[in-house]
Amino acid sequence: MIATQLGASHLQFLLQGALWTVVLSAIALVGGGLLGFLVALCRVSASRAVRIASGVYVQVVQGTPLLVIMFLVFFGLPPLGINVSPLTAASASLILYVSAYMGEIWRGCIESVPKPQWEAAECLAMSRTQRMFYVVLPQAVRIATPPTVGFLVQIVKNTSLASVVGFVELARAGQIINNSLFEPFLVYLIIALLYFAMCYPLSRWSRRLERRTGYARRQQVVTP
Amino acid sequence: MNLRLDFGVVWERWPLFVDGAWMTLQLAVLATLFGFALGALCAVGRRSGPPWLAGLCGAYVEAIRNTPLLVQIFLVYFGLASLGFSLSAFTVAALALTINVGAYTTEIMRAGFDSIPRGQLEAGECLGLSQRQVYWHVLLLPAMERVYPALTSQFVLLMLASSVTSQISAEELTAVANYIQSDTYRAFESYITVAVFYLALSFVMRLGFWGLGLLLFPRRRRLGTPL
Repeated sequence: MIATQLGASHLQFLLQGALWTVVLSAIALVGGGLLGFLVALCRVSASRAVRIASGVYVQVVQGTPLLVIMFLVFFGLPPLGINVSPLTAASASLILYVSAYMGEIWRGCIESVPKPQWEAAECLAMSRTQRMFYVVLPQAVRIATPPTVGFLVQIVKNTSLASVVGFVELARAGQIINNSLFEPFLVYLIIALLYFAMCYPLSRWSRRLERRTGYARRQQVVTP
Repeated sequence: MNLRLDFGVVWERWPLFVDGAWMTLQLAVLATLFGFALGALCAVGRRSGPPWLAGLCGAYVEAIRNTPLLVQIFLVYFGLASLGFSLSAFTVAALALTINVGAYTTEIMRAGFDSIPRGQLEAGECLGLSQRQVYWHVLLLPAMERVYPALTSQFVLLMLASSVTSQISAEELTAVANYIQSDTYRAFESYITVAVFYLALSFVMRLGFWGLGLLLFPRRRRLGTPL
């Protein structure tokens, strides 16, 4: 069969790809969030060695492109005897990447809880763990919500790089369709629109949360 | 498990890595310069242009910020081709990156403009500065000074993001790694090497921006702290 026209089946394939984009984003969010939480705690740890080690981790991951991490995991590990599927490679790379950025965002949020809160908790004879979990973190969560939702947009966009390791998400689905239709501009325009439809509501939501919490215009750097 | 690393065959091809790093740096610098100009203009247009221009700049920012760079690169690449332009991969890559970083710069500059208190502008007017002088001396330069750290981080991220242009066969670092790993079958070593190159490049860029900041903003140099 030679497909020459963009049909319903193509759109269905694209939507299926979009579904995988959502799934991959969810994996990256949950996995990266858990690891990022650990990173954030390490970054404000009492131990100097732990602070430095986690700082190095963040610097290394943030100083390397996600694309290279993906290639490293997908093509680099099999020759060393570790076999990875495209989904595993994409998830693992995204989790690494998200944990470094989320860790830094959340560290900022933890540190922006006013110092007297720590001191007051200490005066109440709370242990360090109690201070963190009963006093600081509940306040940090409120500060962290808008930038975290904003970062969700980055996660969704960055799942597009999973296409380079052959994982069929939205961008890869588009490439496959384009190979049969030879209408790259049209196909990529539709893909861009689908991504926009996923990301724009998140952007709006993040902005609304930001306004409501009153932490106006916190400058947050985002990856392209 | 057979864990044997052999960096020798990969490092033998070091001139390729250096060429790739040079091209990555060129892409980053070009996109930074033009992207900054574009972003600053759009931020001004969004703030004080006529409604249609402000709307256009806003739409540009939202469209770019909510779609992946990979898709943008393909759109520029195939869009220009279907319009009959045949440009080199390098030109297309630089163009796409410029368009991308321009949107982020617009947003960052806008935050900078918003952070200037109204009183400053009124004070400028009271001192008899012309509209243009107020814009330049009271709004634009201090705003830039404030958002300079955010801007530089964005430009370093742009350098890292330029790796995506390997997908349209621009011969930068990541493309070099792809080539070398297919040549030597040493994937892990190639990508590790290239990751180190990227780390070094981002370090160099941070250092460069830090020095540039001292040069551009004497106030920062005198105070020793950011505003």
